[in-house]
Amino acid sequence: MPDYEWPDPEHRTLIGGRTLRVDSPDKVSGRARYTYDTKRPGLLYGKVVRSPYASCKVVSIDTTAAEKMPGVKAIEIVQKAGSTIHWAGDDIVIVAAVDEATAEDAARAVKVKYQKMAHLVSDAEPPAGAAEAQGPLGMDDIGDMLDNQVPDNQIVQQIGQYGVSFQATEQDYKDAKEEGVPDAVLDAVRKATVHPEAAGKTSKSNYQKAATQTSGDVDKAFAESEAVSEGLYGASVIVHCCMESHGSISEWPDPEHLFVHMSTQNVSGIAGQMAEPLKMQASNIRVHQDHVGGGFGSKFGPDRWGIATAETSRKAGGKPVRVMLERDAELKVAGARPSAYARVKVAAKKDGTLTAWQSNSWGTGGPGGGGMPPIPYVFRFPAQKKEHTAIRNNIGPARAWRAPNHPQAAVITMCALDDLAAKLNMDPLELLRKNVDLTGANPNDPRPRIYTEEFGIASEMMDWKTKWRPRGQNMDGHIARGLGASIHTWGGRGHASDCDLSIHPDGSVDLKMGTQDIGTGTRTTIAVVTADALGLPAEAIKLYIGDTQYPPSGGSGGSTTPGGVSSSTRRAVVDARDALFAKVAPALNAKPEELEARDGVIRVKGDSSRSLSWKEACSKIGATAITAHGHNDSVAAKNKPDLTNSGVGGVQLAEVEVDTETGIVKVKKMVAVQDCGLIIDVRMAESSVLGALIMSISYALFEEKVMDPTTGIMLNADMEFYRLAGLNDIPELAVRMMTGKGYDERGVIGLGEPPVISGGAAISNAVANAIGVRVPFIPLTPDRVLAALSQKAGA
Amino acid sequence: MSADDSNSSKSKAAVLEESSGVSRRDFLKISTIAAAVPAVAAPPTVLAAGEEVPVLGPGKVPMELTINGKKMKASLEPRVTLLDALRDTFDLTGAKRICDRAECGACTVMMDDRAVYACSVLAIEAQGKKITTIEALAESGKLHPVQQAFVDNDASQCGFCTPGFVMACKALLDQHPNPTEEELHRGLSGNLCRCGTYQGIRGAMAQVARKGA
Repeated sequence: MPDYEWPDPEHRTLIGGRTLRVDSPDKVSGRARYTYDTKRPGLLYGKVVRSPYASCKVVSIDTTAAEKMPGVKAIEIVQKAGSTIHWAGDDIVIVAAVDEATAEDAARAVKVKYQKMAHLVSDAEPPAGAAEAQGPLGMDDIGDMLDNQVPDNQIVQQIGQYGVSFQATEQDYKDAKEEGVPDAVLDAVRKATVHPEAAGKTSKSNYQKAATQTSGDVDKAFAESEAVSEGLYGASVIVHCCMESHGSISEWPDPEHLFVHMSTQNVSGIAGQMAEPLKMQASNIRVHQDHVGGGFGSKFGPDRWGIATAETSRKAGGKPVRVMLERDAELKVAGARPSAYARVKVAAKKDGTLTAWQSNSWGTGGPGGGGMPPIPYVFRFPAQKKEHTAIRNNIGPARAWRAPNHPQAAVITMCALDDLAAKLNMDPLELLRKNVDLTGANPNDPRPRIYTEEFGIASEMMDWKTKWRPRGQNMDGHIARGLGASIHTWGGRGHASDCDLSIHPDGSVDLKMGTQDIGTGTRTTIAVVTADALGLPAEAIKLYIGDTQYPPSGGSGGSTTPGGVSSSTRRAVVDARDALFAKVAPALNAKPEELEARDGVIRVKGDSSRSLSWKEACSKIGATAITAHGHNDSVAAKNKPDLTNSGVGGVQLAEVEVDTETGIVKVKKMVAVQDCGLIIDVRMAESSVLGALIMSISYALFEEKVMDPTTGIMLNADMEFYRLAGLNDIPELAVRMMTGKGYDERGVIGLGEPPVISGGAAISNAVANAIGVRVPFIPLTPDRVLAALSQKAGA
Repeated sequence: MSADDSNSSKSKAAVLEESSGVSRRDFLKISTIAAAVPAVAAPPTVLAAGEEVPVLGPGKVPMELTINGKKMKASLEPRVTLLDALRDTFDLTGAKRICDRAECGACTVMMDDRAVYACSVLAIEAQGKKITTIEALAESGKLHPVQQAFVDNDASQCGFCTPGFVMACKALLDQHPNPTEEELHRGLSGNLCRCGTYQGIRGAMAQVARKGA
């Protein structure tokens, strides 16, 4: 059995170190090519005609004037007359022309008539009595969800939970499949309970109430509690605002084959998603991407406009057509983080021991409504009762946003606990620490221990004990200072991943994998794992990623990439190295198992006189390269040994200054202490956490998708008024990665999501600590801060 | 709708008022049309804002740009921005198009030694100026000290904003060879990053301020 296990510290050469990011030189010199930069011979530029209304019907589309314009090569109707449009900016027509300006002119010449309908873009608390209980789903309900890009798994979950109101025939299934309804949804309908009595009674309300979730005896727990705190908390809708907008270039080298360059987090998964709507085999679709300018959860699918781009190219005789979203469209239609708000009641004993949770939450994920965030977050309250109302409105579709639903859950939960601590006159960090046993899912869960260790380190890094004061007691003139805390968790197990690794007779090493580097250092991770086992520098490894011609590897989402790619790579490189040892052993007069690869040589362990340089050693390979395949399975039990794990813990602390005259919040310092199992590269890990802290400051203070109630359109679909944190908004940031015993042996766990979860809650708590009153919702804009202050003054 | 469709003597303002659907490109073209530099053939003129100004376009006109020390020729519509000319015509794609309206700094290039947002300069205006892009910074394969500092401090993640930051930093250093960290911060306040690489960028700037460039 080859020794796939991660090497112990003495046998690591690069793992756990600080390697320079391998693709940095390309990125700093402008050589790195993104989809947006890709030039193809005869490239046509596509422009999208978009709905100006948030809710309307397409009455007619007249493309005759556009068709006649010189330079226009193809026009594709994306949503034909009669279609119902559910958000402003939705794509109606694509025009492709010889250059971008011509395409823009032609798009303006397309005449579309709309019939406006009533819209809702608010996500304010549902009026009493407005919410309807979710009933069995009608065929139209499911159709609506599919049209509105509600994720498949959410549709499946709802069908399972509520059943359906219709009995589908085999012909219905056949028709639905023809129309591109995913198999998972069809399977869910087959398995669903049928409630024929509910037929025709499908709800058309914007407000849908989920079933109440209760565990433990909530009434008794509240009656017996010694302290109760009630409050209102929440997080507004924000968008991804990827630097490189969504888009692709499609071309047909022949009528059977499609070649797509796409800005995506999911290279290996795109062809399969395009095949069905384009009515072709996935194996005839090649997808390629070298670099991607950010995704953050919004780039897993080809998008309707990506499919339409391929159709446009087909109409243009197969010529490459590029559609990259303009910035306003990117912010309007390419995904948003759902909002979540809640009225919370939380109970504890006098010593801070948590006893009961009750919440009434609501929020919107756009037309699909959306689910309840995982509240109460991290802490498993012995008694809890939760009600949630989803608001289905016309703000545009939601997508996974880095750590889906967790930042909202952290704000709702950690802010409620912070208010409870204030009520108990407790240091909030003490309250969290006191209840740490409630963070474990089972007795073997390492998280209670992890959080406890992290609390100590974080507290010291912030000098919490010296700095912390009870609420509103750290004023300096009109400047109020405060500290806040939050904790978070995430899964992060590695996804399915395959790779081919070759060691060539000339000493070169290459690895092919259909993964992608979304800026998280995936290339560097693969290079480090490979080079570590071969005793070579990371830059000696030639990497081929970002193409469906290479073995498939999962999408980069949910912090699954580090575990996935490092595990498949480790298996491949150990097999290839062992094969190399077998070839080299006779020349060193040794057995293969006596050899080791280190410092650019293959040598006999403990006898440095018997060694061959890497190049000499590889010359023993013979004519054909050694090639090894590596595989990591998404089912942990199938991996022997399992090199990845799940379930991390992290603690974040924030220190703020609030100007009580202007309402402006300045973050002065943030501390993040984070576990993610065995860390392949500490520099990459720290950069991920630092970036997440900065992103958290941005969404805690500035970011919000602002909708105009009158017109139904997004008011700040640009980068001036959709404000991202800039260099001068960034305070002192201190990061500590947990490593060594108790962490390394857990295996590799992903890090993308966890560190972006707590920042909003920690900053909100710091502001409450500073000004002595809760600002209910993030972002903590000056108007919200001043409103809270004046409410406090008036109270 | 564009200014040169009208052969009457409308003022710029009048043209703008009449065309409710005026695009930004058209607006840029209208507002800067007087700045058109080398007129190859004697163009027609219009009276605009009380002045006789030459009209170029709306079709393509020959242009010559000096980019990274090389003369580059192209036939472009006057409404084409410098950024789009660099990216689409000359295949210099280091400068990125993100906001396309002078908000994010990702398209930063140098024009006569000053940093400009290439999305907000027309190619036709950039004639006769010395344009320097990110592609010209590394000399014979060796990274510029600013670029090296970005590498050493892990100052890029997705990397899409990075060339703009590097150019803004380089332009600032050319003006202020020994900047304080505060000056460097100010010099980069016109650039935005989404992944959150500011800590790395700060480290890079500190390295540059310490070692010089």
